[in-house]
Amino acid sequence: MTVRDGWEMVVGLEVHTELKTTTKMFCGCANEFGSEPNTNVCPVCLGLPGSLPVLNVRAVDLAMAIGFALHSTIAFSTFHRKNYFYPDMPKDFQISQYDLPINSGGYLDLPDGSRVTIERAHLEEDTGKSTHLGGSGRIHGADRSLVDYNRSGVPLVEIVSGPDIRSSAQARAYASELRGILIATGASDGRMEEGSMRIDANVSVRKPGDPLGTRCEIKNLNSLRSLQRAIDFEALRQVDLIEGGARVRQETRHWDENLGETSTMRTKEEAEDYRYFREPDLVDLIPDLDWQERVRVGLGAMPAERRATLLARLSGPAPAQLDALEVVVDLGFDAFVLAATDAGVEPSLALARAANELAAGSDDIARLTTDAFTLTLTMEQRGDLSATQAKTVLLELLAHGGDPRAIATAKGFEQLSSDSLGETVATLITEHPDEWARYRDGDEKLAQFFIGQVMKLTKGQANGKAVVAQLQRLR
Amino acid sequence: MASPLRREDVAKVAKLARLSLSEAELDEFTAQLGQVLEHANDIAALDLDGVVATAHPFGLINVVRADVLRPSLSRDDVLAMAPDAQDGRFAVPRILGEAP
Amino acid sequence: MATSLAAIRAKNDELNVFLFIDEEGAIDAARRVDERVTRGEDVGALAGVPIALKDNLCQTGVPTTAGSKILNGWRPPYSATVVERVLGAGAVPMGKTNMDEFAMGSSTETSAFGPTRNPLNVERVPGGSSGGSASAVAADMTPISLGSDTGGSIRQPAALCGLVGVKPTYGLVSRYGLIAFASSLDQIGPFAKNVADAAALLEVIAGHDPMDSTSLPEPSPSLLAHVNDGIAGARVGLVRELFDGADDEVVAEVERAASALRDAGATIVELSVPELHLGLSAYYLIAPAEASSNLARYDGVRYGLRVDAEDVAAMNEATRTAGFGAEVKRRIMLGTYALSAGYYDAYYGQALKVRTQLIDAFRRAYRVADVLLGATAPSVAFALGEKTADPMAMYLSDVFTIPTNLAGDAAISVPFGTGHDGLPIGVQLLGPGRSEAGLFAAARVLELADGRS
Repeated sequence: MTVRDGWEMVVGLEVHTELKTTTKMFCGCANEFGSEPNTNVCPVCLGLPGSLPVLNVRAVDLAMAIGFALHSTIAFSTFHRKNYFYPDMPKDFQISQYDLPINSGGYLDLPDGSRVTIERAHLEEDTGKSTHLGGSGRIHGADRSLVDYNRSGVPLVEIVSGPDIRSSAQARAYASELRGILIATGASDGRMEEGSMRIDANVSVRKPGDPLGTRCEIKNLNSLRSLQRAIDFEALRQVDLIEGGARVRQETRHWDENLGETSTMRTKEEAEDYRYFREPDLVDLIPDLDWQERVRVGLGAMPAERRATLLARLSGPAPAQLDALEVVVDLGFDAFVLAATDAGVEPSLALARAANELAAGSDDIARLTTDAFTLTLTMEQRGDLSATQAKTVLLELLAHGGDPRAIATAKGFEQLSSDSLGETVATLITEHPDEWARYRDGDEKLAQFFIGQVMKLTKGQANGKAVVAQLQRLR
Repeated sequence: MASPLRREDVAKVAKLARLSLSEAELDEFTAQLGQVLEHANDIAALDLDGVVATAHPFGLINVVRADVLRPSLSRDDVLAMAPDAQDGRFAVPRILGEAP
Repeated sequence: MATSLAAIRAKNDELNVFLFIDEEGAIDAARRVDERVTRGEDVGALAGVPIALKDNLCQTGVPTTAGSKILNGWRPPYSATVVERVLGAGAVPMGKTNMDEFAMGSSTETSAFGPTRNPLNVERVPGGSSGGSASAVAADMTPISLGSDTGGSIRQPAALCGLVGVKPTYGLVSRYGLIAFASSLDQIGPFAKNVADAAALLEVIAGHDPMDSTSLPEPSPSLLAHVNDGIAGARVGLVRELFDGADDEVVAEVERAASALRDAGATIVELSVPELHLGLSAYYLIAPAEASSNLARYDGVRYGLRVDAEDVAAMNEATRTAGFGAEVKRRIMLGTYALSAGYYDAYYGQALKVRTQLIDAFRRAYRVADVLLGATAPSVAFALGEKTADPMAMYLSDVFTIPTNLAGDAAISVPFGTGHDGLPIGVQLLGPGRSEAGLFAAARVLELADGRS
């Protein structure tokens, strides 16, 4: 949805992603979601008097990987302190990067062909988490708050786009593509619902050609859908304001998913003065070319390239297949599809099974080998397994691993394709002489009739192709 | 050239630093800090264009550690220090205002 | 250990040296040394030696206050690296010593727990901020102690109490576990009655620490072995800005020290390093700026004092207002101001550039001299209460020590002569980064020349 006629929205996105490191940014505590509160803390991430930060090399590697993936310039960088008081910040300052970030510049090309520039992608540490008691669970109206510092010190990369986005759909596409890239680099698991990826949107409106309007920052966007809805709401809100003769006030607004609107967060009389200065407890970061090269060669293909690779295997893909292709790349299952198609499996079949069955069991994907996937689909394609049976085998492989042939045998699948199938068909022929006569005389449609009957009797376990093969043998 | 220190500057700075000052303290501190800043004006007045701030005096760079787990503190030890705790978390009076 | 405990018990009430006397810890440590002796194990370089620790050094389970009400009662769940090293070397920790609050001061009079008295004259200050650690040694409570030096807080009390005190090269000694004042200036160092003991203690605590990113990469240097190397052929720079303005009796001792070094085979070169004049101003912008940020964490949320209020910001404010003394508040506000929008470039930003100039000036000086000589403090120990009314007057006590902290170089104060009323005077030897061995050798020459051990 575009904003009202005659108006243009200008959107920039700030994405924070937690990095998938074993330990925190500046200490050796576990970087783990969902632990019991305050069990992954130490003097450093608690900011105890006398504690000092030491930089996690893997956080730097992942930050550089993100920089390469976004075509940024990787440069000499320093760390700065951003000073402000807040109970979830143990030191009451955050170690971040200010005028010399590790990655600057860059761009992201979207599937629709548009390009969004990247201003910077820098390293910083995360804060703790507070829960509010009393009231609705939100900050306003709470009596007291409880703070858990497990998340304090988790490494973050903040990615700031240029104000290049012109629609909520484009914003969503950017966020989705960026998420795919962050997952592909191994930097992030992209779980917005868990908070490992967070998005803030800066939204302003203007008449095309006019200078930039006053922008508002929108926070609390917990899904791509929220992102899209919030941007549309906010752009319209601002247009209404201006058309009504009022001015947009520069502020931070909170998106309420239930009410479907943004509202003012408590505004301060003046902007916060963060008093940035270079972090004296850390030294400068100057990744030499060897270090950068090690990171760069370790980078796999990004989603855009992987989609192109899969696309090349399809001929004249149907829309449903394009959707399946996106799901497959999104979930990182390309390897399965590629292995299967290399072995002669129909690309559409491979895509469908990967986008549906594997997607459903994606948490257990580690148990499935590409060989097992390929073999299962080969069996299905050959007629040794029905579609339903193939799906069952895949689920079993995801749950427990193993060999597809052994699983099929254990479940009695393959027997149905030989002896008992022959018996079943023979019985049906006896029971339905008229239909059998018409089939024998050449009415192919009746093959479906017999397949249906066989399916009824075998509760869907039969293989349609095998039934047809049997019918033809007996004709 | 930096301007002399005013009372309202000190008041603003105290707020930033989460310190509350009595009227008398505000006057006293304005005078004392003003004195120090007077001396500091000899620095403010210098032309140091082109001089670069030094980071570490002996040029240390790229100090990093491996991404390897180290023992955390026990939660009991952590919460034992807390002025107020509940449900394994640090308790504070209500927070007015979201994080910046 | 027993002698030490007895001395502490006899004098602490009057002198207020120790904020916490660690009898249990001392007995434990002493026993462990005995056990190691019995088992024929290596007992460590400081085996059985009683040591006092400045109260800004974290020690697991031991009350650590940094001289402040805001940490009154806090027991850290971890120990500073230097504490682990001295305990690992067999030292016996006798307790935590008094200090200016958060190390901000030059007389130990800003401590929330009352001042420490100079054992050589109880109406006078022992210097600061490590006044307690200096007094512990001067009063023969312990033969050695650890202090910290950000603008002179080891060297100046050493001079006022007649001791050897060292500010090591920045990064030589780990700051992990040192309650921070100004991160780019702080260093932990030894107090002792003689040069050899100071060298031995510094050897134990020095060397790379992976817990401190600013820690120099090399292991602890060999220092004790070089104490008697002598200084024949060394060039000693007598820097006028390092004694200009000092009391006449202090200047006299600096000149006498120069003669002593010349007699021992050094060449004396008279130098002027005018950039040093800017040191005081740069320091009083950089140190408070870093401190204002380092002290933000004392907000009543996680440890230490909490003064309750309706909302958390009000609680922060009430806690900090009640918990910090006037000097700390002054410096926090000064630092906050120097960093704030609109003033950063003129104040803090400029000060950082001045620092570069100072470093360059020292480098130039060290092309013509191996070691620099000057006064440590402008006068002998002054009277309690004499300078407390005027912060600027107090700040001027550090004029000769501050430049070394800004440069990150090494310096040692050595007792040399006395002033009026028999009060000790210290002279200061400065060297470039990593030159401690040479400094100890020069200090030893002065020690012998002054008729000490």
